[in-house]
This record gives sequence, structure tokens and C-alpha cells, in this order.
Amino acid sequence: MTPITVLAGPAAVVDRANVDTDQIIPARFLRKPRSAGYNNFLFHDLRTTDPDFPLGPSGNPPILLAGANFGCGSSREGAVYALADAGVHCVIAPGFGDIFVGNASKNGLLTVALPDEDVAALMAAARSGLPLNVDLPAQEVRAGNRSYRFEIDPFRKRRLAEGLDDIGLTLAHEAEIAAYEATHLAACPWAG
Amino acid sequence: MTARTLFDKVWDAHAILTGPDGTTLLWIDRHLVHEGSFHAFAMLDRDGRGVRRPDLTFGVADHYVPSHPRSQQIADPEAAGLIARLAANAAKHGFDSMGMDDPRQGIVHVVGPEQGITLPGLTLVCGDSHTATHGALGALAFGIGASEVAHVLATQTLWQRRPRQMRITIDGRLGPHVSAKDLILAVIAAIGSAGAVGHAIEFAGPAVRALSMEARMTLCNMAIEAGSRTGMVAPDDTTFAWLAGRARAPAGAAFDTAVAAWRALASDPDATFDRAVRLEGSAVAPMVTWGTTLDSALPVTARLPDPDSLPDPEARARTAEQLAYMGLVAGTQLAGTRIDQVFIGSCTNGRIEDLRAAAAVLRGRRAAVPGRVVAGSVPIQRAAEAEGLDRIFTAAGLAWGEPGCSMCTGINGDYVAPGARCAATSNRNFAGRQGPGARTHLMSPAMAAAAALAGAITDVRQEASP
Ligand code: SF4
Repeated sequence: MTPITVLAGPAAVVDRANVDTDQIIPARFLRKPRSAGYNNFLFHDLRTTDPDFPLGPSGNPPILLAGANFGCGSSREGAVYALADAGVHCVIAPGFGDIFVGNASKNGLLTVALPDEDVAALMAAARSGLPLNVDLPAQEVRAGNRSYRFEIDPFRKRRLAEGLDDIGLTLAHEAEIAAYEATHLAACPWAG
Repeated sequence: MTARTLFDKVWDAHAILTGPDGTTLLWIDRHLVHEGSFHAFAMLDRDGRGVRRPDLTFGVADHYVPSHPRSQQIADPEAAGLIARLAANAAKHGFDSMGMDDPRQGIVHVVGPEQGITLPGLTLVCGDSHTATHGALGALAFGIGASEVAHVLATQTLWQRRPRQMRITIDGRLGPHVSAKDLILAVIAAIGSAGAVGHAIEFAGPAVRALSMEARMTLCNMAIEAGSRTGMVAPDDTTFAWLAGRARAPAGAAFDTAVAAWRALASDPDATFDRAVRLEGSAVAPMVTWGTTLDSALPVTARLPDPDSLPDPEARARTAEQLAYMGLVAGTQLAGTRIDQVFIGSCTNGRIEDLRAAAAVLRGRRAAVPGRVVAGSVPIQRAAEAEGLDRIFTAAGLAWGEPGCSMCTGINGDYVAPGARCAATSNRNFAGRQGPGARTHLMSPAMAAAAALAGAITDVRQEASP
């Protein structure tokens, strides 16, 4: 996983709330292996009905500004593959679907939640052509002379910043896991 | 000891360790996988890892299984390939998997409880957002993404941040012909599609206690549609009676020991929640969604919204866009909207009670539009056939399909045609969910049956009264 520190560049704007993962990638493409290039499926049906849709399979800005509850709905990690494979490394929105956030962080896609008014201001800045600067170590988004602080789970921040492999990290706790496993299954035999 | 909720008790019992940043490593008791989990197995292969506890891992083929008779070939080679891949991964890693010819096969969230794989007080995960369904038994169950599926396969654990907690209390009793589906749609309409993001929900109150297990599963199934990953109901005598004798549930004295432990899981009377919501059960009407988000659910007696009357420009635009996608006229009566077809099934409403409710409306009558009825599992299909429900459906002109997800997402080939309007008992009305351009109205099985008879959205309370 590629580590993320500072992302700089223009931002695409999808100013609508409740962009669900069915829209990000329709279910019929989820059968494809990752090697098929998930970027080709990104917003597939929206793009075909709206020729002005701001994201395509390639040539995308690294940052996406979106409306509230982005990535709600189905748990499909394919939604994150589609964004990441299409070159989107950060999504900024007033809020996200919970499962989407977890999936994103495991694939080097940064999700930044900011208040409505900050996202609106950033959308205005991006529309006027101003590049954005997303600084993960400083937990800050900058546009022009304004900056917006964001909160991020420290564990998620570390994994994104260092590009760490989750399973490897967990297996370092093998002794504790094995000890728990033995006592738990003795206490609740029906759990085994 | 401080008072704890049902959620607290299950979480605490599964916490292996807490990291310095407050995330918890949880032990996972049950892991369900389906054809779509192939991405996670590919990750394991890539990293040369195996499955830590194949005995706690269960596979089911559901999403890509065709609803045509099993004797026919699967026309789509990619779908057939995914079903074969699940079986191959099960054989390679040594876990029990229920393929198309298994008499236990069905939709993963129907099969888990039905086989007694899901039990009160356990942690259960699946790479599918409707995993909250299993919380109806008092399990802590939630959907995860493919990387997390790989993590659970390799370690039988998962890092999670403890969510906030929300109790949704339903007072009183549901009225006649009003079901758990109407109730959850009313809850979502009240709190919004993102109303429970970051929260684990506990459904409580007399109206919930009075629900059957099937109805509780319908309720918890759609917790994700309110933004929550988890919906739970405290286990009680209804739960224990339903579980007794299930294939993987403990039996005999072991069952009694387990029940004694399960009884202690209910939230302590003075436990506190971060948020509390209360609804009056008797005030809930049969509900129908008109738009492409779940909070567009309205009582069937309502009129469609009029964007021009909305003060907020964003809401106005969103409403107009949804009405346009759905091909509906602002301000008109929701009841009477013509439909092209019906779908009765899914992990929300594909259980025996759901089929009985639909059959009770359809008995001896003919549907005005075509439709498909799909049981949630092979055991349910067999039970329905033993009761003669399949003959009621086919006599009404509806197709009786083989168990699976079918028209809920259509990825098995059961798509709704572009622009066609479907009265569906599934759980998502998103644009394109049932196929590109498909228009979905979500409702209960009885309401879908009434819609089939009239060829239009209809208040089942009128249809059912003589
Ligand atoms: S029935 Fe629908 S919601 Fe349920 S698991 Fe299948 S596709 Fe998902």
C-alpha cells in the first residue's frame, strides 16, 4: 500500500448527498477480478447518463469533494478499488458510510470528514480552479490562504501514512490472541 | 459494576486487547463468506496466508445463484465461475460451504440463523452490509469490506472502534397488516438514511418484544439503511424457542447452560445510550418508498412531495431529481401508482412468515402484473411448498424461483428492465440497484402482494378487508 503524506492538486466536485456504493460501482462489475481495472467501472452508470460527470476512468484529480453520507449502502470494497484505481486518493465530505471509511483506509484512500460549511467553501474554491492541499501529518486541508483542520483516528492515520499491512500488525499480537481464544472457548463452549 | 447495554456485554466479552489509540481487537466467533468474498481469498493467496479457523468459517452461494431450476445450466460463465471459486476456496481451506446443491443453501443472512450458526452473544461478520440481520438473535453482527474479510480469515479477529449507541424503542403494538418492514421504513423515515451513522442500534420496547424472530430479522436487516452497521434485539424466550433444535445450536443440557448465559445479555435497566428514539407502534402505517434513498419512505396514504414547496434549495433539487428518475409526478397520490412487476424475497423478506403474508393476500386471486417470488433458503422453499404457498403464487401468475438473492440486486441475471417499475420487498431502492434505470418501490410482502393484484401501489388494509 502506498503511504500517503501530502496530496496536492485540483479537486473534482460531486455535490450531492447519499452517493451510495451502488452508484460508485454498479453491482454487476463486482464479479471482475481486480486486474480488470476497476477504474473502468467508476461511476459507470452515472457517467453514461451524464456526459459532464466530473470523474472518469483516468485523468482524474487526486481529490474528490462530495456531499454528505458518501459511500453509504453496500459494503462492496470495489467502490474503493474503483476510486483508487482511477487515481482518486482522497475524498472530502461532510460524512461517510461507516463501512466505506474502513475499506478506504485499507486501500490507501484517505477519507476526510469536515463540517458542511467547510466542504461548501472547499467546493467553491475547487470550482474557481484553486488547487487543494491535503496534509495528513498536519491533519489539515488547505486552499488558498485558508486551512481546515480535520480529525482522524490515530491508528488509521498511522496505517495510511506508513502504508502498513494490517494482518501483519495483528499477528504481532499472536500470543494474546491465542490466550484469549483458549479462555473464551472454555467459558462459552457454544462459541466454538 | 456500571450498568451495561446488550452491545457492551457482547463487545466486552470479545475484546482481546485495546490499542493505545482506543481501537479494540475483537475475537470473531462466526465468519460467513459468499461468492463475492473471492477478492479476500485472492488477498490471502497473494500474501501466502491460510484460514486460521476454518471451523468458524461458513460459506454460502447466494448472490450469483440463478433463480431458474437448478437442473438448468448457469448461462453466465462469470457467475458460474464465482460459485465454483467459492467451492474451490472452501475445499482448499477446509471450511463448510453450502453450494447450489446443498439442502441448507440460501441467502447468507437467512442461512446463518436458520442453521443455528448465529447464536446470541456471539460476534459474527460477513462481507455484506446486511449482516446486521443476525443481531435479531442478540449477536453482535456487522458487515465488513474485503480487506477485513481477509483479516478475519487470517486472524479470526478484527480491529474496531467502539461505536456510540442508540436505543430505538417502539411502544404499543403494530396495527393489522402492518409489519416489521413498515416499522423499519418508518424508523428510517424518522431518523434519516444517515441517522444512525457511527451508532450501534438496539431495538427495544413492547412492540419489538411482541415480534417473531422472522420479523426481528427484518427489522435488524435494515439497520444499515439508517447508517448503522449493527442492529440488535435482546434475546428472550421467543429467541430461545426459535433456536432450539437448530442444526448447529447447542443441544440438551448444553442448550440450557447457554440459555442461562444468554438471558443475562439483555441491557441492564439503568444502562445509558448516547441517543434514544421512541416511536409509537400503533401509529405506523404500511410504508412505501417513492425515491432512490431510504428516507423517501412514506405512508401509503400520503401524497408525493412537491419540490416547489420545499424551502431548502438542496432538498428541492434532490427531490426533483429523484422524482424524475422514478418517473413520478410531484404532489400526486402515492397509492394508485402503476407498477410493472413485483419481487417478493431477499434477506429482508424472504422468510416463511413473509411468504405466508404475501400468500394470504394472493390466495385464490390473479395478479395483474408479472412477478417473482423467491424463498430465502431451500428449507424455507420446502416448507412453503409443503404448505402449498408455491401453488398460490403460481396460480396468481407469479414465478416461483429457486432460493438466492435474485432480483434484490439482479446480479444473478434477474434484472428489472430500464424504466420498469417494481414493487419489491428487498431493502434498497438506489438508482440502478435492480438493474440500470430500474425503478424500485420498497414495501412489505403483503403490500407487494396487494400491488401485484391491483397492478398499482395499493393500501393492503383496503385490499385485505372484505
Ligand atoms: S438479498 Fe439482497 S441485500 Fe440480501 S444479501 Fe442478497 S443481495 Fe444483499
